[in-house]
Amino acid sequence: MNCSDFLKELTDYLDGALDERTKAELDEHLAWCHNCFVVCNTTQKTIEIYRDSEVYELPEDLRTRLRSAIMGKCAASKRGKGTGPVKS
Amino acid sequence: MENIQSKVGEPLSEELTLVRAAKAGDVQAFEELVKRYDRNVFRIAQHITQNREDAEDVVQDAFLKAYTNLEQFQEQSKFYTWLVRIAVNEALMKLRRRRPERTVYLDEDVQTEDDSMPREVADWSPNPEQQYTQAELRDILSKTIQGLPTGFRAVFVLRDVEGLSTEETAQALELSVPAVKSRLLRARLQLRERLNKYFKRSIDGDSNR
Repeated sequence: MNCSDFLKELTDYLDGALDERTKAELDEHLAWCHNCFVVCNTTQKTIEIYRDSEVYELPEDLRTRLRSAIMGKCAASKRGKGTGPVKS
Repeated sequence: MENIQSKVGEPLSEELTLVRAAKAGDVQAFEELVKRYDRNVFRIAQHITQNREDAEDVVQDAFLKAYTNLEQFQEQSKFYTWLVRIAVNEALMKLRRRRPERTVYLDEDVQTEDDSMPREVADWSPNPEQQYTQAELRDILSKTIQGLPTGFRAVFVLRDVEGLSTEETAQALELSVPAVKSRLLRARLQLRERLNKYFKRSIDGDSNR
């Protein structure tokens, strides 16, 4: 296995989606190839940082405002369809 | 997967109970579904549109569309996957309206310059994210992911941030599983490469900040 082969399998390796034999081949490559070891680790870290950092959080006040707008529109759409009166 | 459970997941039956109640006209049940997934939809929308106002619109439009089309939800997938599909489509429509000169499709196979082998292999500090304040870190991550093609961004966000499975991501984006895998690999590698400059370890063993 060379570095290019390793990269092709990197996503499945990180996701734990490889069969035992392929995983063992990748592990063996990682044991001696420092570059792939670093790429593998920093890619894993990239995923973790994005997963944990909450780049775009929905502030609670906006959340409440959006929900109220959504439910208002839903009620209006129901009335529009003539599926019966909606008590407010 | 633990992350799917913590971000999205409830036992399917509980979600289905709410969906069926909402289908039968129980508005409160639908509101529960909104509460459950509004944060996820907002994140996805903002990642795709890269615009706060558009993301707010997408959240409203996606839930309204889900509500008015609830009868069409066949319960063959999770409600959340179905909702994500609606949200992604709404977000793409926003993007197309905003940038009509550049039509955006998820299935275009974008080749970018830094697509292939990693160019810089630099190790990172042990906890690179701790070198920055939360606001700085958000800014770095947001700027970095904005540079990715839309299709890569969408796959990365659904798969790695929201924790959908490869199959669910494929379903939500109407892509094949191999296409999702290929985009995911390239998205991950490109983000890693771009984050190097913020996180790599300097020669004296400290961060590069």
